[in-house]
Amino acid sequence: MSSSQLFGISTLTYILAMIIYIMYLAFRSSKIGTTATTITIIGFVSQTIAIITRWTESYSQWTMLTPESTFILSVLRSAPLRNLFESLIFFVWCLILGYLIIEFKYKNRSFGAFVTPIAGLALAFIDISAMSKEIEPLVPALQSNWLLAHVMMSFIAYATFALSFSTGLMYLILKAEKRTEPSYIFWTVTTGVFIVVLTAMGFDYLKYRVVIKNPDILIKSFLFKASFLSESSVISIISWLAASVFIFVVWRYGHILKRIIGSLSISPDMLDEITYKSIAIGFPIFTLGGLIFGAIWADQAWGVYWSWDPKETWSLITWFVYAFFLHSRLLRGWKGRKVAIVAVLGFVAVIFTYLGVNLLLSGLHSYGGLE
Amino acid sequence: MEETKKQTILDKVWDFFTSVTLAVVLFALIAGTSMVGTILEQNAEPEKNINILVKIFRIGHETAHSVYSILEKLGFMDMYSSWWFTTLLFLFAANLIICSIDRLPRILKLIKEPVKPLTDEQFNNIGKKGLLLKGKPEKVKDSVGAVVKRSGFNFSETKEARGYQLHSEKGNYTRLGIFVAHFSILLILIGAIIGIFFGFKGYVEVPEGESRTFAFKRTAPLTSTEETDMQPILKTLQKTEGNASETAKHMGIDEKILRKKMNRYGILPLGFSIRCDDFSVEFYGRSNMPKDYKSWLTVIKGGKSVPGFERQKIEVNDPLIYDGITFYQSNYGLVPGAQGLFLLKLTSKTGVSETKQLHLGDRFVIPETGMEATLADFSPALSFKPGGTPFTSDKQMTNPAVLIEFSGIGQTKYSGWIMKRYPETWTLPDGSTIEPMDIWGVELTGLQVRKDPGVWLVYFGCISMSIGLFIAFFMSHKKLWVKLVEEKNNTRVIFALTANKNRPGFERKIDKMIALLGRPDTKPVVTGKSGGGKR
Repeated sequence: MSSSQLFGISTLTYILAMIIYIMYLAFRSSKIGTTATTITIIGFVSQTIAIITRWTESYSQWTMLTPESTFILSVLRSAPLRNLFESLIFFVWCLILGYLIIEFKYKNRSFGAFVTPIAGLALAFIDISAMSKEIEPLVPALQSNWLLAHVMMSFIAYATFALSFSTGLMYLILKAEKRTEPSYIFWTVTTGVFIVVLTAMGFDYLKYRVVIKNPDILIKSFLFKASFLSESSVISIISWLAASVFIFVVWRYGHILKRIIGSLSISPDMLDEITYKSIAIGFPIFTLGGLIFGAIWADQAWGVYWSWDPKETWSLITWFVYAFFLHSRLLRGWKGRKVAIVAVLGFVAVIFTYLGVNLLLSGLHSYGGLE
Repeated sequence: MEETKKQTILDKVWDFFTSVTLAVVLFALIAGTSMVGTILEQNAEPEKNINILVKIFRIGHETAHSVYSILEKLGFMDMYSSWWFTTLLFLFAANLIICSIDRLPRILKLIKEPVKPLTDEQFNNIGKKGLLLKGKPEKVKDSVGAVVKRSGFNFSETKEARGYQLHSEKGNYTRLGIFVAHFSILLILIGAIIGIFFGFKGYVEVPEGESRTFAFKRTAPLTSTEETDMQPILKTLQKTEGNASETAKHMGIDEKILRKKMNRYGILPLGFSIRCDDFSVEFYGRSNMPKDYKSWLTVIKGGKSVPGFERQKIEVNDPLIYDGITFYQSNYGLVPGAQGLFLLKLTSKTGVSETKQLHLGDRFVIPETGMEATLADFSPALSFKPGGTPFTSDKQMTNPAVLIEFSGIGQTKYSGWIMKRYPETWTLPDGSTIEPMDIWGVELTGLQVRKDPGVWLVYFGCISMSIGLFIAFFMSHKKLWVKLVEEKNNTRVIFALTANKNRPGFERKIDKMIALLGRPDTKPVVTGKSGGGKR
């Protein structure tokens, strides 16, 4: 089987797992729980095989184009961490691995319903944004071991941050009491906006998929053009209204989710602990792999270890947010809701660093001069 | 009260810098302004950012213009080197260091203070695990001590009323990890400052076969008068191998004035000459996507090439360093209007071959045929329009081709393009071949030139930060107390422990110690089969 078929299988399996984990939340039968775990493991195994297959595919392409390169060099250069698509796949792989470790360690399945949607969304994003899945040859600047280490460690760190995002969000849902409370408003609005943005992007895709050739153009030129920024003011107004109503509904009925999570055997302390531990593992990895290795690579390739370009700046902002999390917790003894909010915001910064900078800011810059 | 009144200004400054509010405010300001800096394109032409403003705020061009000029006055268009952003970074560094120093004495005390025996009450609070061993504490002590020691804990012992207490700690220095990490940030900032003040970043293009003694840094656009004024300086610099004081002498101007001018024009004299011997770019298959590009460089000083720096190959991710200046392969291109040198391998159909070095317009003879040919034209990236008209389609050498015009005796002339990428075009109608082996002197290499005496400090800071963070997050300060209490001529051994990280891991270690000593007393321990109840 080719890697793309295997990726397809793993995507479907993860989405199935997501549905079953959510069913598990609702029905809490241990049979459903075991099924969810089994399906996740099947998805994980097929994804692992898919990654290896992809690796061998790009290995053979690399050796064909570069027959002079040694075996080890060919293996390194064909590692499937070479473009947006492959990095997202690796992110999902790390996330699921991290989740399975936590599930076995804490003997608790309830996080599944919060972690698998992130995996599902990341995989859905691949298709919605119509990003290239081709195995492309590497341009010279990308032929670097520092870059490889940088990308790999960044995504391991991003996966731990994603875990802390899920547990942080669950903590907020569990702990927020009243609708007027800032932490309640925070989690409902964040979740609402998140879903609204994704839905709007889905509409963009459905409307413009015929026109577009690559994801950059979709997001740079057509972002929200099918909804909020539509040519027709009626559609635009309806979109804004629908979004507001949706966020209001999430805010109004958010306590239902709280009741469901509350009925499970998860203690807020456990969530708080997992949030902290994930970040405590992810932060040093992000510092070393994300910032330091990235700087070394830039220094090797261009002679500038830091140039304040948007990507670098945003990863520094992300680093600041998590540094703030750790300091407020370890130094100030902040616990609970306040730090959970920081953990959630940290992951928003991660998403922006990873996707926003590439897709939104570069679009702003390259198209700025043309109009 | 009394004490607060006596605070000196220094104390106040100190308090200001240790305050968490300052940290939070600085953090928010740096993060917030950085975000703005990523949205506005830095060091770009005004029009670009005005368009960005129009796009984001959906305002008119006029309004955007005035918003732009306000933002520009505030330094947002070159934000990261503006005075206020630098000040923020300095305040942040000061805050970081002063907070660390402020906490250091307490932490040092924690590290240096030897672990003390616990009181009974403390023991009851944290001690849980234990077992009962046969024999009085004096007897048991040694074997317990041996097990504790084997696990890597050196202990001291205290005699107590009904037995002994062994107390020990490990990893007390790991508490310093976080200080190492914080001071590393300072090292990195110092390294960056050294780089800004004593280093430079520049760019220079060197055509194949030529040399340069200077690079250019980014400056504000030059006027045409300045452009004209710059030329003699560059020429003289070429003669003096990039020596500024020699150049000043040659030109008969004051060195200070020359340096000022060079600074305005962005000229960075190297103090030696760098020659591009050759440049080559390979593409993936027949695509226009570069696979690898490299230059061969030679350093020339005092008119001679420097041993060890002759024909040094550089490529992307693999630079050349000479005299503290690093040359990075960053770009390439074609030399406008260059007359290259062509290396053609001519082979007759019987296999007789000969290699020729030719210039454009040169005539040559195909071996064994007597057929005369002229190297008539060259294109670095040949393409054909639908009608068949040839044209140059790219600004890189993606499809180098030469036009050969043939003139046999008594025959009509004909001509044809020979393309390096397509061997099928090499063969002539009579079966002999012309292989374009190399085309030299038409390409130029773009080099990023950098001098940064602070970079080693930045790297050192990065390494120490990694080590510091690793210690801070993955190693812990463990304390262990073992109490031996006499209990009816036997000894109850109780373990108490603290760890500032990974307590479960430490507990597992204690479980192993207990397993080594005997069975844990989850079940009541019977003191041996031979009967301890003799007495």
